[in-house]
Amino acid sequence: MSRAGAARAHDSAVKHVTGAARYVDDVPEAKGLLHAAIGLSTCAAGTITTMDLESVRTAPGVRAVVAAADVPGVNDIGPVFHDEPVFAAERVDYWGQALFAVAADTMDEARRAARLGRVDVVPEPPILTVRDALARESFVLPPHTMRRGDAPDALARAPRRLLCEIEMGGQDHFYLEGQIAMALPGEDGALTVYSSTQHPTEVQHKVAEVLALPAAAITVEVRRMGGGFGGKETQGNIVAVAACLLARRTGRPVKLRLDRDTDMELTGKRHDFWNRYEVGFDDTGRILALDAELAARCGLSADLSAAICDRAMCHTDNAYYLPAARIHSHRCRTHTVSNTAFRGFGGPQGMLGAELYVDEVARELGLDPLDVRKRNLYGGPGRDVTPYHMTIEDNVLPELVDELETSCRYRTRRRAIDAWNAAEPYAKRGIALTPVKFGISFTVTHLNQAGALLHVYQDGSIHLNHGGTEMGQGLFTKVAQIVAEVFDVPVDWVRLTPTNTGKVPNTSPTAASSGTDLNGMAARQAALTLRERLAAFVADLHQADAAEVTFRDGELLVRGNRLSFAEAARRAYRARVQLSSTGFYKTPKIHYDREAGRGRPFFYFAYGVACAEVVVDTLTGEHRTTRVDILHDVGRSLNPAIDRGQIEGGFVQGMGWLTAEELWWNDQGRLMTHAPATYKIPTARDVPEAFDVRLWERGRNVEETIHRSKAVGEPPLMLAISVFMALRDAIAAVRPGPGARPRLDAPATPERVLGSINELRARP
Amino acid sequence: MIRFVLNGEEVTVADAPPATMLLPWLRERAGLTGTKEGCAEGDCGACTVALGEVIGTHLRWRAVNACILFLGAVHGKALLTVEGVAEPDGTLHPVQRALVEQHGSQCGFCTPGFVMTLFTHWWRRGSTDRDSLDELLAGNLCRCTGYRPIVEAARVMASLPGGDRHRAEEPALVARLRAIGAPLAGGFVAPHQLDALAEHLAAHPDALLVAGATDAGLWVTKELQLFDHVVSLMDVAELRRIDVQDDTLWVGAAATYTDLLPAADAHWPAFGRMLRRLGSELIRNSGTLGGNLGSASPIGDALPVLLALDATLTLRHGGERRTVGIDDFFLDYKRTALRPGEFVERIGLPLRPVALHVEKIAKRFDQDISAVLLATALRHDGEIISAARIGVGGMAATPKRALAAEAALVGTSLEDSSFNRAASALTAEFQPLTDMRASAAYRLEAAAACLVKAGRAAMGRPLELPVTPLEAPA
Repeated sequence: MSRAGAARAHDSAVKHVTGAARYVDDVPEAKGLLHAAIGLSTCAAGTITTMDLESVRTAPGVRAVVAAADVPGVNDIGPVFHDEPVFAAERVDYWGQALFAVAADTMDEARRAARLGRVDVVPEPPILTVRDALARESFVLPPHTMRRGDAPDALARAPRRLLCEIEMGGQDHFYLEGQIAMALPGEDGALTVYSSTQHPTEVQHKVAEVLALPAAAITVEVRRMGGGFGGKETQGNIVAVAACLLARRTGRPVKLRLDRDTDMELTGKRHDFWNRYEVGFDDTGRILALDAELAARCGLSADLSAAICDRAMCHTDNAYYLPAARIHSHRCRTHTVSNTAFRGFGGPQGMLGAELYVDEVARELGLDPLDVRKRNLYGGPGRDVTPYHMTIEDNVLPELVDELETSCRYRTRRRAIDAWNAAEPYAKRGIALTPVKFGISFTVTHLNQAGALLHVYQDGSIHLNHGGTEMGQGLFTKVAQIVAEVFDVPVDWVRLTPTNTGKVPNTSPTAASSGTDLNGMAARQAALTLRERLAAFVADLHQADAAEVTFRDGELLVRGNRLSFAEAARRAYRARVQLSSTGFYKTPKIHYDREAGRGRPFFYFAYGVACAEVVVDTLTGEHRTTRVDILHDVGRSLNPAIDRGQIEGGFVQGMGWLTAEELWWNDQGRLMTHAPATYKIPTARDVPEAFDVRLWERGRNVEETIHRSKAVGEPPLMLAISVFMALRDAIAAVRPGPGARPRLDAPATPERVLGSINELRARP
Repeated sequence: MIRFVLNGEEVTVADAPPATMLLPWLRERAGLTGTKEGCAEGDCGACTVALGEVIGTHLRWRAVNACILFLGAVHGKALLTVEGVAEPDGTLHPVQRALVEQHGSQCGFCTPGFVMTLFTHWWRRGSTDRDSLDELLAGNLCRCTGYRPIVEAARVMASLPGGDRHRAEEPALVARLRAIGAPLAGGFVAPHQLDALAEHLAAHPDALLVAGATDAGLWVTKELQLFDHVVSLMDVAELRRIDVQDDTLWVGAAATYTDLLPAADAHWPAFGRMLRRLGSELIRNSGTLGGNLGSASPIGDALPVLLALDATLTLRHGGERRTVGIDDFFLDYKRTALRPGEFVERIGLPLRPVALHVEKIAKRFDQDISAVLLATALRHDGEIISAARIGVGGMAATPKRALAAEAALVGTSLEDSSFNRAASALTAEFQPLTDMRASAAYRLEAAAACLVKAGRAAMGRPLELPVTPLEAPA
């Protein structure tokens, strides 16, 4: 029996490899189903003067067209702030914005019709970049500042100071399954929605608000997504809402599946940032003060940008103690798609900057960056408080760094690389070992709750439902293992069922790496309740105490009597014992005063370290990652195979963000990289053969999480910062010695790497 | 009527419009939803299926993108989808078992595509070294796993038992495919005879002519263009032939890149290496040199090589043939010397003793479109460069020769300074664009660097980026 801690295969693995796993587009189509498409803006900014959709309405096969004027409720899909229309009404604010939706007999007809809208716009010069927005003071939300100590004073008194900056691009999620929803109208205005979403409850709420229906009329169901990565936290809303509007209008089932180009133009991405730092430090590289200014491109609306930018601020320290810090954040409004959640949720953008300023300090002083990193790690009392005044109680990084430094032979390899670089003018190698400290919990405290529903049937089979969604991360597998462990039954007795707002209501998004922490605990609570009821019932049968009943290998044992789990369930039913239970969990200890920038926003931290080695072609800027060693702390692993998969996959996704995945807008504000022909995520060759990933054997969460495990979804992505820092190391080798601080922006495409080399060489 | 064998069952399709693509037909008409759409442009591989063709007495399975494959192209062939791989009783095929055991799927959406690509590799007992597997898998994108467990599955699959059914069924399948004799006619025309093809095209110059359709397929799936008359070259055996006559390697216009690889490797290893970076295995299994010429894109990867090798093209219109040198073929952006109803019949690559060097610059090593591609063919008598042809892609509206750089090289000695001067000349003679692949400035600088590298290769001191670490993990 494989339970919590076992390297069990993903629950759908066999279905994946046989094609039997059903995604929304694979659900058999209901009779009369219509297909929908969305008409997009072809102008980045301006006032709409006319919207003539007659040719759309009269196109072959078209059954209905809906635009802003056809919205019965509120024309808004903003998840937090109500600033993002379903369909543009008076004005357009980005190229690719939704103007209308059309339903037709076939998908082909719908997509053709969607291209026929005649929309006249009086164009305005678009604000496209963070720099444009800062210059024009264009913001979606007010700025926010975190302070600890007196940073300006500490900077002024620091023996050394430097300025550094970095621009980092966004990232498309490129989930293999694009956004999709299918709406089925029911009685009395009810709608059932099959949606590829990480947040079924929000889809339910948005559909209800836009259609002016009570939330209780809407049921949202998700069995699985073909990848999410944060891109389906809020970005599925418009797809589901449009499908529901058309279903309501026609009274027929409607499916809306975005083609890849529409998906990439219409829906949000990781925020690009421009970060600037002033660091004060001493001659040993110890940091004394930091003044950080982060500016994020949020796009046309706030979406989740407030929380994302806050998280970037909360990770501007990464793993390093800052005796005095001022962290200032701008949330820029631009005429581009509204940027959104993406694995790491602002954390990567904060941490890349942190690794940059530490790296800069080391290079300024001519020290090995690893020594400077180690010198600045959080430590014991006196060096354990973050810029948001949280005391770190679980820091394991000094141990992790030491362990990896030794096991990957960093020092020996550093010397070998230096020697190699000294002898080789054409290619340069680089190496970097970087830490990750990532705060676990939604920074919006109320989201840290979860519910579960568990039924035991009379044959002993167990029906499990919870509020988390499965996007490939193995959540369902882990939660089933947790439940099976409670009853000590085989995992496959636990039937996994689609996430459904009618079963577990008011769910939080499956996001913030919290899926297992929250839903695993809630499911365990439900299972414990049922176990107690069964134990009490069986104890009664034998005049024993409930505490004397043990669950072992699918049986209940009490005072020498054995009863199969199924038999116990059957008898309990006949004795009128309730065999259904809910479970609920809320994360303890967390609190945060956002205005003051003080509190404990995170229950705990996840930690990891990575060492990357790269080689750079100094003539073309091309580069390869040749070796990666990772040591990551997942606490006590619930499933080492799944955890390893998250670490490897997260790392490679992060590597893509930092090295190859480039979003490129033309000067009119049109995203030109809107398909995989032009937007390049890593392929197999980009992953080095020398790729050693280990879970930290001594890992154990000091907090009482589910089986003392740690969240693993997001943190490993930021291990890839090691690759970027190794690239900086290789570039710096073209001009050895103190003061060689390359200016490199992300993603480090060959062009940027070559530009960085040229710029460094050309310095006086 | 399109006839083919789908997962072992013979299928006849009578009602499909000519521009029907295989993927939507599989999902919507055949009810086989295991094959996924990820991009509809042949870049992600979620739609990968195995296409079986009879070669001699054997069946050859090749992985192709169903999204941009015309349904008509499947006529007379066998098709295997993810639903047809396991045993009828549900026992997993070794490829599937390996993926499950190695934890090779997470969200699972790309997985059917990987299964099919790996199936074709299992079928041909392909090599399991890492380089071969990276090359094999370049057309299948996975966003979840980071590939390591998939590569591991590819390594171990051959050692797992099972899958015998597929080999046992081969003779019967070959016999059934042979029985589907007649060429396809109607809206989607796939003649077997070259003359029939030429006549048909001469009579219907407006028909859409396709070979592997790796470009034309996108006109349907992305641009939503309507085509009521499609003509395929792919069933003309003569056009798929590759042979040597008169010191020339003749490549039929419908020979796929995969078919071309062995000859390219044999005659110009640099061409072979470049071909392995052209598209992906899936694209190379469909795409052709003829199609690359027909599309005439300034970023068609093979075209600068044809320029450097001084290719000769045989063009055919009805009963007439003419020969056009590659230098005279590209007229303007995506405009060629081809007249209405005329098509490329074969490409002649002279087997002269030249040193060919090819450099490709892109954001991603595998399966990316070039920012710059530079192919240099040099001859030298002793230390003096006697001839140079340089084909450049991504630098102008057409694939183009770098005439000034060539002139700067010829007559100079084989040393770095000659190539540095030629690189300056090359920089002066092109005015590339800035776009999402690269800036104009980078294109110029990278092209110059490529030429410097070509020089070093010719001198026997190549500049090659190492891909292994100084020290491997213990």
